[in-house]
Amino acid sequence: MATQNADRGGAAPSRHVDRAREYVRIEGVTKKFGDFVAVDNVSLTIFKGEIFCLLGGSGCGKTTLLRMLAGFEAPTSGRILIDGQDMADIPPYDRPVNMMFQSYALFPHMTVERNVAFGLEQERLPAREIAKRVAEMLEIVKLGPFAQRKPHQLSGGQRQRVALARALVKRPKLLLLDEPLGALDKKLREHTQFELINLQEQLGVTFIVVTHDQEEAMTLASRIGVMNRGEIVQVGTPTDIYEYPNSRFVADFIGSVNMFEGTLVEDEPDHVRIESAELGGVIYVDHGISSAPGATVWAAIRPEKIDIDRSPPADPRENCVRGVVKEIAYMGDLSVYLVRIDSGKMVRVTLPNIERHADSRISWDETVYLTWHPTSPVVLSQ
Amino acid sequence: MKSNGWFRGLALLVGFAFLYVPILSMIAFSFNNSRLVTVWDAANSPTLKWYRLLFDNEQILGAAWLSIQIAAMTATGAVVLGTIAGLVLARFGPFRGRALLSGLTTAPLVMPEVITGLSLLLLFVSLEQLIGWPSGRGVLTITIAHITFAMAYVTVVVQSRLAGFDDSLEEAALDLGARPARVFFSITLPLILPAIVSGWLLAFTLSWDDVVISQFVAGPGSSTLPMVIFSKVRLGVSPDVNALATIMVMIVAAGVVLSALWMRHQERRREREMRMARAAEK
Amino acid sequence: MARPPDNSLPHRLSTGRFGPLILLFMRYGPPRWSRYIRSQWTGSRLVIAVPYLWLLLFFLVPFLIVFKISFSEVQVAMPPYAPLFDWVEDARRLIVTFNLNNYLFLLTDDLYVSTFLYSVKVAAISTLICLLVGYPMAYAIARSSPAIRNVWLMLVILPFWTSFLLRVYAWVGLLKNDGVINNLLLGLGLIDEPMSLLYTDFAVYVGIVYSYLPFMILPLYSNLEKHDLTLLEAAADLGARPVRAFLSITLPLSMPGIIAGSLLVFIPAVGEYVIPSLLGRSDQLMIGRVLSDEFFSNRDWPVASAVAIAMLLLLVIPIMLFQRYQKRELEARK
Repeated sequence: MATQNADRGGAAPSRHVDRAREYVRIEGVTKKFGDFVAVDNVSLTIFKGEIFCLLGGSGCGKTTLLRMLAGFEAPTSGRILIDGQDMADIPPYDRPVNMMFQSYALFPHMTVERNVAFGLEQERLPAREIAKRVAEMLEIVKLGPFAQRKPHQLSGGQRQRVALARALVKRPKLLLLDEPLGALDKKLREHTQFELINLQEQLGVTFIVVTHDQEEAMTLASRIGVMNRGEIVQVGTPTDIYEYPNSRFVADFIGSVNMFEGTLVEDEPDHVRIESAELGGVIYVDHGISSAPGATVWAAIRPEKIDIDRSPPADPRENCVRGVVKEIAYMGDLSVYLVRIDSGKMVRVTLPNIERHADSRISWDETVYLTWHPTSPVVLSQ
Repeated sequence: MKSNGWFRGLALLVGFAFLYVPILSMIAFSFNNSRLVTVWDAANSPTLKWYRLLFDNEQILGAAWLSIQIAAMTATGAVVLGTIAGLVLARFGPFRGRALLSGLTTAPLVMPEVITGLSLLLLFVSLEQLIGWPSGRGVLTITIAHITFAMAYVTVVVQSRLAGFDDSLEEAALDLGARPARVFFSITLPLILPAIVSGWLLAFTLSWDDVVISQFVAGPGSSTLPMVIFSKVRLGVSPDVNALATIMVMIVAAGVVLSALWMRHQERRREREMRMARAAEK
Repeated sequence: MARPPDNSLPHRLSTGRFGPLILLFMRYGPPRWSRYIRSQWTGSRLVIAVPYLWLLLFFLVPFLIVFKISFSEVQVAMPPYAPLFDWVEDARRLIVTFNLNNYLFLLTDDLYVSTFLYSVKVAAISTLICLLVGYPMAYAIARSSPAIRNVWLMLVILPFWTSFLLRVYAWVGLLKNDGVINNLLLGLGLIDEPMSLLYTDFAVYVGIVYSYLPFMILPLYSNLEKHDLTLLEAAADLGARPVRAFLSITLPLSMPGIIAGSLLVFIPAVGEYVIPSLLGRSDQLMIGRVLSDEFFSNRDWPVASAVAIAMLLLLVIPIMLFQRYQKRELEARK
């Protein structure tokens, strides 16, 4: 049995997430296009006030799931409830949901002001109320002076803010975002990520974000749902996903990881030992896992959790391996070392560049010893 | 490839000469005093005689007015029907009978006019026998016939324009609370307006110019301008036709040039605005 | 959770007076949006129905009528054909007069067979010439700089907006014995007496090519414009001379444009009426003229109908090819 993904709440930065208040419930939803299964029996619960990220590569079904929430596709089976109300047969214009499209979908023949007002006009609000709310929202997204411009007169970042304002001005209970930061350049992306979070906290709207970018997911989300081939493979906070992946897929998908295949030789309630030919040694993990002795398992160790030293440790029999530095990538804030160990496998190690001067740093072709703490490996059986 | 630059230039020169020399010669000879049209009567030309005669010619003026009316009605009807058909084919998903609709809207594009004309006349005759409408043939039957074949062109133009931009704009409008009808009028329609306008002009021209179908479905007393011209020129050249042709070419040329200038002005302004936006971003 | 009462419009309508009729009407497949606009079902069906009904009534049904009349006999009456179905009151029988005489007549009479063949020949040759004239022009326009391209296109389209009839008429003035071309050649001393250019096959070819040239150029241009020029650069890099590169790369890639343009010219050209009437021979007519003569001069509606059906049969395959091309173009645009 795999190590279960426990929702170890509280590990993420605090958000005003009302864990008691379930807001969106997706029950056994499947979507088929002909023979092709885009979404395979997905069940998910999303709480009020949280930012939930659907993370996955292209073709994993995350966008299809989002479109079903918005109402543009109907599930082949299963149901979707928003705030307790079954959304079956409810068209997109009658749902308390709004969507921010990947391409922004701003109406090119309307000014910023009219774009933002459009949704309110459909609600048949009095003109004065509409003008007030539009002006307020434009202030919040800092687009006040651009109200009379048309979309083609705006920059990419400005257009994104219009799309956001247009969706949020209707005060939806749920906002769906389709790759919201994809079209922005790196600097703008970072800045916008934090702006989005602030906005969400300020307005208290529940966000569901679809993205293929792990960094985006890790920064924005209070919880992440990793999707692969139409299924949800793991749900948890960013810490959960990163430090406690439930499968090799998730471990490999988020960040980088060193995976060592081995056999479980000792299985105790408080520790396990894994013999790994790939490693050329024994891995000692200081917690018990639910698996049978003799089973094939994988030990996943993150690069930043491996220590690299010229001299061997006190006890080199466990959690230690010798190798030769083959590649070094200098990233400025940290260095990535690719070390070839005796078994031939390449191990990836990252070290922060604590010292400015390069003299004492480990260099190419040096023989080094890699060690890690017994708490560092994650044992995976799938 | 610079080596075939001369070939390209030659192709364009010959091609455009071929296209325009006949028109230019027709215009030139409209100022010729001689009744033989192509034999230049140097002594008495150039002259505006034929233009003056044209404006006194009741038959031609009456036919022209009739043609304009029919063409305007046709264009409007064709645009309404063609836009709906184009919208249905481009935006509505599969429905039973879709293939047939698609076929029905593109067949008139290539169907020889004698077949369309004959079939419509037989329809009108049968209908008249059956239910008494349309009683006799005239403006109404011509208009119906013209709308039927002109709408095919409008459908193609609108459908092509709609296929060119994705439906995320319409989905966004639905998402914001607009019902499908409102989405069409507030979002789709303004965006395809250029296509609709050119569709209207296209339908107008096709109707204005049609000879064969009109001959089949017209009735006594409803002669369109092309029918009048055709019966005249079957017998040979006629200088007042040259004058008429010149006037029409001038009108069309003015229209095309003006619209091209207008579009270029629009594009330049758009480019300027986009450049300003990008500069402001920095 | 209890199912909410079905207050939707279709349900309300279907339980009304015209219920069964409404239900029948609604049985014909839902449009895409109806998956979530149940209550708007009748709305979008109505939208589809409007152009559909028009085309069925004014395009499809006429063909069926032509088909029906082609089996009937000519009569001196108004309308000039015998009714196919005759209800004999006292005998309570339905007499169906259905004969293939008209078709047999077409097949056996030399006039019709030779006219058909002649029409196809003229249309085919004209299409070929049109292609040979139009391809270089389309190519030149597609390879010119984007700024001037629109000017060229405008110049190509401009004649199309002027009257088709008048442009054909212009050629009468050019080709006749005392016309511009003959006068020029005589004046230059290149010929001694006027060449007989008008009322010949040659004049018809010129007329068709001239009138349909925009229909050939536009699809060709549309295709050529999309070509990736780096393919030609790659070919040159690999040692191919420009002519070879053109034959191996550009020409095959422009096939869809060639086919579309050719169909757009060939199909209507077969049934052309105006051009042969003004420019063509009087001893050998094209099928469009024959149909018209049968109808107006001979008042033989059944034979005219049979000619029309025969033309349709001849053209049905090219027409379907054309429609398949149209559909593919529109889908590629998405």
